[in-house]
Amino acid sequence: MMEHQQTPTQNKTYFSIWAVLVVLTLVNVAVSQISLDTLKVWTILAIASIQAGLVLTILMHLKHEARMFRIGIFTLFLIVAIFIGLTFTDVLYR
Amino acid sequence: MSIEHRDDTGARFGMWLFLYTEVILFSGLFVLYAMALAKNPQQFGEASHELKIYAGTVNTLILLTSSLTISLAMSALQADRAKQSITFCLTTIGLAMTFLIIKYFEWSAEIGHGIYPGSKHLAEVESGFAAFFNLYFFTTGLHGLHILIGIVLISVVAGLIAKGRITPERPTILVNSALYWHLVDLVWIFVFPLYYLIP
Repeated sequence: MMEHQQTPTQNKTYFSIWAVLVVLTLVNVAVSQISLDTLKVWTILAIASIQAGLVLTILMHLKHEARMFRIGIFTLFLIVAIFIGLTFTDVLYR
Repeated sequence: MSIEHRDDTGARFGMWLFLYTEVILFSGLFVLYAMALAKNPQQFGEASHELKIYAGTVNTLILLTSSLTISLAMSALQADRAKQSITFCLTTIGLAMTFLIIKYFEWSAEIGHGIYPGSKHLAEVESGFAAFFNLYFFTTGLHGLHILIGIVLISVVAGLIAKGRITPERPTILVNSALYWHLVDLVWIFVFPLYYLIP
């Protein structure tokens, strides 16, 4: 396997990512308190996905890893999407 | 003298492969949740109101902070400050324990209200309400188990740093443990809105 040296992430970056994650959590809690029906569910999930993206790319260093790591995670998301999609079509059109 | 074979990237990729399986494991529970929610939106709403949003929010903030401290532990090690790195590992463990203590009080309150898998109360209420709490206890229980494993793992890491077995030149065990810890955080980032906020 090709040796790939990890670029050290600055502490400043860790602190700002932490602050963004905290703010997004509070935004999510605030959104949950107002009734928006279906829109609410998708807003909350979208914000959670942004948080997940930040954790994966910055905290888990995917941004600095070799391409193989990104192919791996893309494959994972594809499998999970097929898993959820197929289950839903089965349940909804039964 | 033996020749040392090392492949840090390979070791990290191996960890990622394991984390992929963890994601698949939790996605199974999320799919079950989504199906049950689609079937009983009303009862899921009622059940979710039994949970305390502030407890969930505080726990989310605790886990996010513990993700910060384990990252800082890595930075400290890279800067060759082993002692500081150990301190950050111990802070992470402390935060993880605080998370479990808050979770313990939450579960106690729910169990005190007769809400737990297989309870008489859940057998009498509507099925959607029971489904919510069965999934809630299973998902948070499995996640709590991961926190517990993380506490043991990071304790071992702190010990290895102290012994000089994890160094700036060979940080892989700390790096992989941090990856695991971030994943536990990642799972909670979805568990929290699904159970506390959405229904």
